[in-house]
Formats: sequence, C-alpha cells, structure tokens
Amino acid sequence: MSGAADTFDEMHDPSGAVRAGYAEYCRWFDEQPADLLKRKDQEAEASFRRTGITFNVYGEHDAEERLIPFDMVPRIITANEWRRLTRGIEQRVSALNAFIHDLYHRQEIIRAGRLPERLLANNDAWLSNMVGFTPPGGVYTHIVGIDLVRTGPNDFFVLEDNARTPSGVSYMLENRETMMTMFPELFTRVPVSTVSDYPRRLARSLAACAPSATTGKPTVAVLTPGIYNSAYYEHAFLADQMGAELVESGDLRVVGGRVCMRTTRGFEPIDVLYRRVDDDFLDPLSFNPDSMLGVPGIMDVYRSGGITIANAPGTGIADDKAIYSFMPEIVEFYTGEKPLLPNVETYRCADRETLKYVLDNLEELVVKEVHGSGGYGMLIGPTASKKEIRTFRAKLEANPQNYIAQPTLALSTCPVFTRKGLAPRHVDLRPFVLVSPDNVEIVPGGLTRVALKKGSLVVNSSQGGGTKDTWVLKD
Amino acid sequence: MLGRTANGLFWMFRYLERVENTARLLDAGLRMALTRDVISAEDEWRSVIATLGQGAGFEAKYGIYTGTQAWNYILRDKDNPACLHALMRTVRTNARAVRTAISSDLWTAVNEGWMKIDEALSRPVTQSAVGDVVKMIKGVGTLAHGAFGNSMLRDAGFHFARAGTFVERADSTARILDMKYYLLLPSVSYVGSSLDAGQWDQLLRSVSGDRAFRWLNTGKADARGIVEFLILDQRFPRSLAYSHTLLRESLTTLARLHGSDGTSSELVCQSAAMLDELTIDQVFDEGLHEFLTGFMFRNGEIADAIAQDYRFLD
Repeated sequence: MSGAADTFDEMHDPSGAVRAGYAEYCRWFDEQPADLLKRKDQEAEASFRRTGITFNVYGEHDAEERLIPFDMVPRIITANEWRRLTRGIEQRVSALNAFIHDLYHRQEIIRAGRLPERLLANNDAWLSNMVGFTPPGGVYTHIVGIDLVRTGPNDFFVLEDNARTPSGVSYMLENRETMMTMFPELFTRVPVSTVSDYPRRLARSLAACAPSATTGKPTVAVLTPGIYNSAYYEHAFLADQMGAELVESGDLRVVGGRVCMRTTRGFEPIDVLYRRVDDDFLDPLSFNPDSMLGVPGIMDVYRSGGITIANAPGTGIADDKAIYSFMPEIVEFYTGEKPLLPNVETYRCADRETLKYVLDNLEELVVKEVHGSGGYGMLIGPTASKKEIRTFRAKLEANPQNYIAQPTLALSTCPVFTRKGLAPRHVDLRPFVLVSPDNVEIVPGGLTRVALKKGSLVVNSSQGGGTKDTWVLKD
Repeated sequence: MLGRTANGLFWMFRYLERVENTARLLDAGLRMALTRDVISAEDEWRSVIATLGQGAGFEAKYGIYTGTQAWNYILRDKDNPACLHALMRTVRTNARAVRTAISSDLWTAVNEGWMKIDEALSRPVTQSAVGDVVKMIKGVGTLAHGAFGNSMLRDAGFHFARAGTFVERADSTARILDMKYYLLLPSVSYVGSSLDAGQWDQLLRSVSGDRAFRWLNTGKADARGIVEFLILDQRFPRSLAYSHTLLRESLTTLARLHGSDGTSSELVCQSAAMLDELTIDQVFDEGLHEFLTGFMFRNGEIADAIAQDYRFLD
C-alpha cells in the first residue's frame, strides 16, 4: 500500500495508519464488497462514454475522441490544508495580475533590477499591442489554474502557473457528478465541500469584468476553435452550464465597433468573450494573418472598450517557465510578503554556470522546454534511457535558454483502484481560481491528475494520466 | 440563437430523419426479398437502392444486386458517402456542435445511439444479424425523438429541429412514392388495375404505414387509395399533407418568435393550404410524377428560404 519510503502517502501515515481526512472514507471502503467496486469501476467508464466526456487527440484518426481514465478513489484535502493553500494561491494570483499589468505599463520590476529585461525581449507571449492598455476592471488573468505538487505534510509546491487558458475544470465537475451518482451514501457520511457552483461563479466573475460599452446585463460567450479541438467538450460544457453562447470564429464579426455574433435575428453584440483560442489566433489583423479561428478587428474593439477578452491577450507572458523561476521574487515585489507557496527549485539553463550543473546532473533532473506544455518536450532524467539523455543533451547545448531544469520531486501518492486492490500512484493538483476586479475566489476542490503507471511521475492526460475527484473537507 | 446553431439543429434532425427513412426502406426491402425468388429479390434490392439514390455508386462497385452486398452498401460501405453509418456520424457531429442547444437527454440518446450503431456496423452485417441491426437503428431514432419531445425547451431551437424533420420527411415520402410509382406503374393507365399487392405492401412498410392503412381501409389496397393516403391524409404522420402542416406550425411559430414573417413561412403556408384543398383526382389529372416533382421542388425552396430567413450561413 505505501509507496517508497521518501514519498508522502496522502492516505496513510508512515506507520500505516489512515490519516484523519481519509478515516471515514476508508471505513466506508472497507465495508464495500470487492465485486461491487469492480462493477462500479466499469460503470463509471461506460457513463463517461455515454455522456461524451472526451478529449480529442490530434493526429490519431481512429482514436479521435478519448476518455481520460477516471479513478474512483477520491483525493481528500482537509479544511486546514485547504485554508493554507487558498491563502498561498490568492497571494500568488494577485501578484501575477499585478505583474502582468506592470509589464505592459511602467515595468517597475525591471527598473528595480528584480527581473532581467531579456526575458521579455525574446518572449513569444509578449504582445506589444497590450503596452499601455489596461483591460476592463484591470483584470488580466480571469481564470487561472495553479498546478501544485506535494512532498510532505506541509510541503506544497507550485509546479506551474497556467495563466492563459487553463483547462480541466469540466473534469473537476463531472468527476464529482459521477462520484455522487455512483456512491451517494458517501456524501452523507463525509462532509465534502461543493464544487458545483463553479459555472455560476465563473459567469458572475466574467460579467463583473464587462467593458464600458456594456448596456444592461452583460452578454457572455465562450469562443471555441470548434468540435475538433482537444478541449471542445469542456468549452461546450462551460457554455452550457453558464447559459452562455458557444461561438466559433465564423459566428463573429465586428459590426459598428462591437464584436457581434450572427444570430437568427441578426448581429448581436458580445460584452465578455471567454476565449479558448490562443493569442496568436485571436485576430488575423493583429497577429497570425492565416488564422481562421479568430475575429478580424477584435483587438481594435478591445482597445476601445467594446469587449472584454478573458483571459486578456498577452497574459501568457506570466506563465512561461523562464518567468516561473522568478515567481518568488515577483510575489515579494508586488505583495511585499514572502511567498506562502514555494516554487520548485528551478535552474535556468540560460545561465552558463547553471547549464554546466544541469548537463552534469541530467540523470537526476527534469528538464523542460520554456514554452512547452502538456508534458511534451521534456526529459525525466531518472527514468530516461541513455540514448534519450544523449539526444536531450545535444538539444540543451544547442539552445540552452530554451530550457529550465528542476530536481525530480517525490510527488505524493494517493491510492488508485486497480483490479488487485488499492495501489499508490503519484498525483498533482490543479485548483481553479477566478479573478474579478475586487475578488479572487477559489472553488474548494480542483482537478487531481494521477499517473496511472506504477512509479510514473507523468500525470498529463495527453501522456496517459488519469483524474480523480478532489474532496475538500468542511470543518 | 446563433445562426450556426439553428443550422446545426435543422441538419441534425434532417439527418436523423434520413437515418430512420433509410432503415425503414431497408426493412421493407428485407421483408420483400425474403418472400421472393432470387431474380425478383434482385429487383427489390435494385429498387431500394434506386429509391435511396445510390444506384450509380452501387452499380459502379458491384454488377449485380445481391442482398448481402446491398444492405452492407446501404448500411456501412465506406465507398458510399450516404451509407447509414456516415449519416449517423453526421447526426452525432451536428449534435456535438449544437451541444449547448439540446437537452442532455437528447444528447445522451444520440451519443449512445451512435455508439451502438458504430459498434453494430464495425464489421460486415450477416444475413442472420441484419434484421436485428435494422430494428436497433429504428429504436435509436425513436429514442432520440422521445428524448427530444420530453426534454427540449419549446423555444426557437425546438422549431428549427422540427423544421428539419418535416422538410426531410416530406422529401423522403415524396421521393419513395415517385420512385415506386415508376417501378410499379409503367404508365398512368395502370392506376386502379390489380397490381402486385406485395409491392404496394412494401411501399407502405417503407413509410411504416402498412398497419395504419389497413386499419383505415379495412384491408383494401389499391394504388389510388395508397397514393391518396401518402399525399393527403392528415392523420398519417409521414404524409405530405401532415409534414407540411407541421412544418407550417413550426415556421409560423419561428416567424412569430422573431417578430417578422419570413419567406419560408409564406411559402409553407401556401403549400399547406394547397394540400388542404387538393383532391386525389387533381393529383392524377396533373400526373403523379409531375405533382411529386413540383412538390419536391417547392419543399426544397422552403428549406433554402429557412436558411436565408434565419441566417444559417453568413
């Protein structure tokens, strides 16, 4: 049941006793006949398929829609743990927002010598159109996903800040739905905080950032690249749950200085656009001219106060991995406080000395591309083959500023349900944060991703990871 | 509602209707082929495939009409862009695209239906399985309509879906009638003569009207009566008159919801009123084929006008 000696087990303490947060769940679990749980496990998969909760995989025609495996053992976080996390996340997200505003305005942090200017100079996520412009309500990161890992009872680290378009919130909600359908009695025995009002909170938070041109109740729409996008299910789900329109590029046009959608009655203006397309594709007139996913002229409307774009274009400047390594300084600079949630120690390969250290210790490090995401383009030293390390070494030497390195963390484990019973697997956690002009709120829960292979540290869905329901206990 | 969403709903239901009509025709073909010798069975399959408008494609691939080839071509042949598998995939793709405008009951019915059909058609369908497969497909349609009727909000989306259903149904019934009429009656002078009752039975079965017709006509089955039933009988849910009456209902509601009389609602009002007044003698005076061709043309005009009135495309 327990993992390696130095790995924090979420369910059991080192003596093998069940931790307080899991006590009632484990009592319930032990009462269940093994057969029943096996059957429920299969039911869960069938139910996800029926509901169509899938993600698309590019370039695999036959498996064009796939399920993310769901594990039915919840990951449980106590009220106390959650309070600590919440404070740390709020602090970090406020700093992120202030940081982005500063970068596009006075750049105090660079003037103060706390952040090297070169990080902006060659950064693809930097948008010069945003310089000197403040989005409605001053909010850049309306929806943020903070990836956390845990290594000990009080040791949570931020692994990544997803400030542009964090996905996965639909899984947080559907996982809970599935658990409540399969095991209703559990929720009468364990006091679990509800996550189901996330869409309502999202709608409210977005509406609170309406632009100056809004008259009456703000019209919110979700912009999706379309049904072949990997996260289409989530886009449709959120629009549905918010009661917002789900729009595609072809539905939108700039009419009379507003971004409008083509309805059966004609063109109607949109006030807040929760876009799930990247900056590059947002406006063919301002960015990638070949883009078929965006709206020609939307940036002009944006800058003249005709629409709110969430998250704001140019937000990505805050979440690349080179910036990440400066987050402790960033938090301190804008909040005047020590960061409550530490970063994972990060080596910037751009630095010659550091690069040497990284090259000498590749077998023990995780090396990531600065702009990579989804578990692509990374090296996990301890499990990589000699050949993989050789190949990566060459890439690193050729273009060191494109990489950062981190020590391999002993990610905590949480049991998953297997045919042979419970078995520990590594997990991470992505809570979802909503930012409006005068409020930062976090739904008590999040998406727990779990590596399904024994010993594996890779939890990304695109790399075969699964998800779990995440319970935040009430006091 | 977005124009694209209205378009998606309209076509989702046109395709759903097409799936069901294809299954019905196939069902009728199967029954007929079972009661025939090899040669006449070949004719049956030829007529089923011709009615579906897939004759050219089929003949290019296969020289002769055998049952196994015919139903596999209709159900699942990758060379047949209108095979039932492809039609159902389109239903499901449209449903995904308009996911926010349909109830979750309807989405689940369509998604599960697609999963069942996809599974059943993943390999060639054998003689012993084809009957069950067709029954299952018809069940999928029934379930989807049930979920639609029970759970959809009665707003514009509901009426766009109904408009798609009845435009397609009117077209399908007219097409089946036109095709069969030609096969069954070499010349109009045959009307009223004693014809192969079995073939008329197939015609009625392909629109699921055999029992209704027998009930209303106490066992009589003459060409004229059947043609009248399929064109003019307001009680039969697949007749032209019924289809355009319900299409009129939905289009006038849409016009009211949008606060403007569109071309589409004008056109359908004319058509439904004309069908109300029409007698079967007038149909035969005009010529059945001429009448049906004219009807299909007007039906198509209504569909185009709907797309225009409600900004389906840019």
